[in-house]
Amino acid sequence: MTELSKTGAAVGEPAAARRSEAFLEVRDLKVHFPTDDGLVKSVDGVSFSLEKGKTLAIVGESGSGKSVTSLAIMGLHRLGARGKNVRMSGEIWLDGKELVSASPDEVRKLRGREMAMIFQDPLSAMHPYYKVGDQIVEAYRVHHDVSKKVARARAIEMLDRVGIPEPAKRVDGYPHEFSGGMRQRAMIAMALVNNPELLIADEPTTALDVTVQAQILDLIRDLQKEFGSAVIMITHDLGVVAEIADEVLVMYGGRCVERGPAGEVFEQPQHPYTWGLLGSMPRIDRETSERLIPVKGQPPSLINVPSGCAFHPRCPYADIPKGNVTRTVRPELEQVSTGHWSACHLPTEDRQRIWTEEIAPKL
Amino acid sequence: MSETKKTDEAAIPQQTPASEGSADREVLLRVEGLTKHFPIKKGILQRQVGAVKAVDGIDFEVRKGETLGVVGESGCGKSTMGRVITRLQDPTGGKITFEGQDITRLSTGQMRPLRRDIQMIFQDPYGSLNPRHTIGSIVSAPFRLQGVEPEGGVKKEVQRLLSLVGLSPEHYNRYPHEFSGGQRQRIGIARALALKPKLVVADEPVSALDVSIQAQVVNLMDDLQQELGLTYVIIAHDLSVVRHVSDRIAVMYLGKIVELADRTSLYEAPMHPYTKALMSAVPVPDPKRRGQKNERILLRGDVPSPIAPPSGCRFHTRCWKATEICRTTEPQLVELRPGQRVACHHPENFADQAPQDTVLLSAAKKASELVPDAALSDGPAEKEPVAEKAPAAEKKPVAEKEPVAGKAPATEDTASEEAPEAAGSEASTSEAAGSEDAPEATASEPAEAAATAEAVSEAADTAPAPEAAEAAAAAEPAEEKTGPGAKSTPKATGKTTGKPAAGSGAEESSDE
Repeated sequence: MTELSKTGAAVGEPAAARRSEAFLEVRDLKVHFPTDDGLVKSVDGVSFSLEKGKTLAIVGESGSGKSVTSLAIMGLHRLGARGKNVRMSGEIWLDGKELVSASPDEVRKLRGREMAMIFQDPLSAMHPYYKVGDQIVEAYRVHHDVSKKVARARAIEMLDRVGIPEPAKRVDGYPHEFSGGMRQRAMIAMALVNNPELLIADEPTTALDVTVQAQILDLIRDLQKEFGSAVIMITHDLGVVAEIADEVLVMYGGRCVERGPAGEVFEQPQHPYTWGLLGSMPRIDRETSERLIPVKGQPPSLINVPSGCAFHPRCPYADIPKGNVTRTVRPELEQVSTGHWSACHLPTEDRQRIWTEEIAPKL
Repeated sequence: MSETKKTDEAAIPQQTPASEGSADREVLLRVEGLTKHFPIKKGILQRQVGAVKAVDGIDFEVRKGETLGVVGESGCGKSTMGRVITRLQDPTGGKITFEGQDITRLSTGQMRPLRRDIQMIFQDPYGSLNPRHTIGSIVSAPFRLQGVEPEGGVKKEVQRLLSLVGLSPEHYNRYPHEFSGGQRQRIGIARALALKPKLVVADEPVSALDVSIQAQVVNLMDDLQQELGLTYVIIAHDLSVVRHVSDRIAVMYLGKIVELADRTSLYEAPMHPYTKALMSAVPVPDPKRRGQKNERILLRGDVPSPIAPPSGCRFHTRCWKATEICRTTEPQLVELRPGQRVACHHPENFADQAPQDTVLLSAAKKASELVPDAALSDGPAEKEPVAEKAPAAEKKPVAEKEPVAGKAPATEDTASEEAPEAAGSEASTSEAAGSEDAPEATASEPAEAAATAEAVSEAADTAPAPEAAEAAAAAEPAEEKTGPGAKSTPKATGKTTGKPAAGSGAEESSDE
C-alpha cells in the first residue's frame, strides 16, 4: 500500500486483492502528483462503493480531491503534461475489472462505453470546430461498428431524448450555437450515447442558472431510472446533493471525512467539517436574520497537509479530545451506524451533544 | 481637499445603523426608466441592424442603509444594470439620481468626485486586481486618484482597512497571486471601502468562492454595513444568498424588473409566476423534501433573446398562466400590495389583474404540463388569506396613481380595472378548469377573437374618453356588489361561483 506504483509500470500486474462484489468499488485510492514544490497528495486514501441505479454525491471545497478521484476512475488522470509522472495506487473495480492496473488501452475500451463523464463547462469540453452531431457520432462509432448513417440517427435520437428541440436540425449545429443549458444537454447526450453503466457528472450544473439546473437534474434522474446507471455526482452544492444523492461522501484535503446515506448525513452529520458546510449555506427555505456560521480559515495546502486530522487548524472542537491526538494522529474512518462512517477524534457522546445542542438549532 | 474630507466625515454619522422600516428612509439612488441597448452593427458601413436590449426600462430606488438584492438568470441584464447605475457604462435612456443629483449624463470628470460615494465590488477576484501591483498600492489607489490624504497617512489607513476586512496588515507588500480567492475578494472589498462610499454595488461578490469562504465574505459585508452604515446593491444569481443578505429584492427577466418587494413578501408570497418558478427551482439541502416534486415548477426552454424580446409580457412564452392579454399588452410594474410591486396580468397569490382574459395561450398549456398540480391548485388555497387583504390592498394602487396622473381618466381607469378584478379573481384561479370549460379550449379563433375584443375594450377604458367616466360609474357599484361576494364565496369553489360573477363583471365594464 505504501509503495506507490508508477502508472504504466503497473500494467499487466495481476490484481492481488479479492475481486469486488459491488458494481463500482474504490479501495484506498491514492493519486499523487510530484511537483517542483513537493508532492501534491490530491487523493490520499479514498474508498467507497456504489451499486447500479444508485447515486453517490462527492462533496467538498475546491482542491479537496473530488475531481481527481473521478478523473482517476475514468483513467483520465494520465492525460496531459502532468500525467507523465502521476503516482497512483489502490484499486478501482468496475463490474469485476480492475482499472488501476489495467493498461491504457483496456481503460480506453471501457471509457465512453461502460463509463462516461459529464464535465462542468460544456463549452470547453466540446470541440468548437466540429458539429455537435459529429462529436456524438464519433463517440458512438468508437465503440460500435456501425455506418455513419446509423450513428447519426442514434445521435438525433439521443438529442431528442435529452430534450433538445428540433434534434434533426440541431444535430448539425456547432457548440457555440447552443445556449448553456442546451450545450449541457448535448454533452449528456454524448455521454449517454453508449448507454454507460457508470456516469460521472463533475459539477454538471454549477455554471447553469437554477431554472436550467432543475431541468438538468431532472433529466439525469430520469435517464438514470431508464438505464439503471450508477451515477457519481461531484458538487459543492449541498442543495443538489439533497436533491439527487442516495449516498454522500464528504472530502477534505484529499481524504474522506464522512460517508453515509444522504438522509443520515444531513440529519445526523458526524464530522465538524460537514457541520461547517451546512452552517455556511444560506437557505432559501427559511427566514434567517441570523448570521451564517462559516468555517474559519482557508482550505489546506495539499503539499503540506496539516498533521494529524487535516481539519484541526479550522476545527472549533480540536481541543476537546484529550492529549494532542488531533494534531498528531490521523483519524481513521469509524462506523457510526450502519453504512455511516466518519473520521473524527471527537468522542461519540461529545459529537452527539455538539450536534444536537450547538449546531442543529442554528441551522 | 480638506473640504472634501470634511464632507466625508460629515456623511458618515448621518448614516446611522439601519433600523427596520426601510420605507421611511431617505432615497439614496433613484432609477427611472433606465435603458441600456448595445447596438449590433453589420457590414462594411457598420450600420446598426439591431440592438441587444440588455436593460429595457427599469425603475427602482435604493434607500439609505438598506440592501437591495437583484436576482435573475444569466442574460437578464442585472450586471449591465449594475454597471450603468455606477456609470461605468453610459445609459441609453432614463434617469439616474444619486442623492438628488441627476448623474445620468455627467462626464467622466464630473463623475470623479462622485466616485468616492459610489463604489463597486466585482465578481472575479482574479481579474479585478492588477497582478503587478502590491496589495498596498491596490488598496491605496483610490486615495491617490481622489487626492485624499487620510489621517495618519495612506499606509496606516490601508493597514487599518486590511484589518477591517480580516486580513493582516503585514500583507501590505504582497502581490495578489499570494492570496486565495476569498482573501482576494476581501482585498476588493477593502479597496471599495477605502473612501467611505455611501453606495456599494456588488456584482456577484461571492459566487466565485467556496461555500465556507462564501459565508465568511457574506458575514463580513454584513458587519461592515452595520459598522459603516453602508448601502448595498447586491447582484447575484444565487437566490439563497440574496435572501440572506437583502432587505428588498428586485427580480429581473429580460431587461425588466418583474417583481420588486421586501424579502419576506417575496419569498413567502411571490406574485410573479417567474419569481415563483425561479424560487421553486432552488434545491434545498434537506433530503426529506426530495420526491416532493410537486412544489417544483419547471420552465420550458431557455430565456428568449434580448435582441427581439417577446411582445407584451416578456415571460409569456414560458408562463403557464399566459393569456391573450399577456401577448399583446405589456404589464406595468404596479404596487399591488404595500411594498410589493409586480408586473403581471395574472399574479400569483393575489387577485387577477385581467380576469376577463381566461383562455390560455397554447404555449401556456404546454408549459402548465410541467407545472405540478399542487402548484396550480395551490392558487386558490393561498388566495384565501389574500382575499381579506384584497380590499385594502386594492385601494393602494388607486391612491398611488392619483397623484401621478392627477386627472379623472386615470382614476377611472384604475377603478374600472379594479372592479372586475375583485369579481374575476376566482375565474383565473380556476384558469385551468376554466379553459376546459370553454368550448374553444385549443385557443381557436372564436376564443381568440373574444379575448382580443376584451383586450380592445380594456384599451378603450384606459383611453381618456368621456365614456370611460360612465364605465367607471357603472363599474364602481359592480365593485361594491362583487367585493363582498368575493370575500364570502370560498375561493376553492370559485369554479362555479366565480364564473358567472366574472362574466357579469366583464360584461358590465365592456358594455359601456
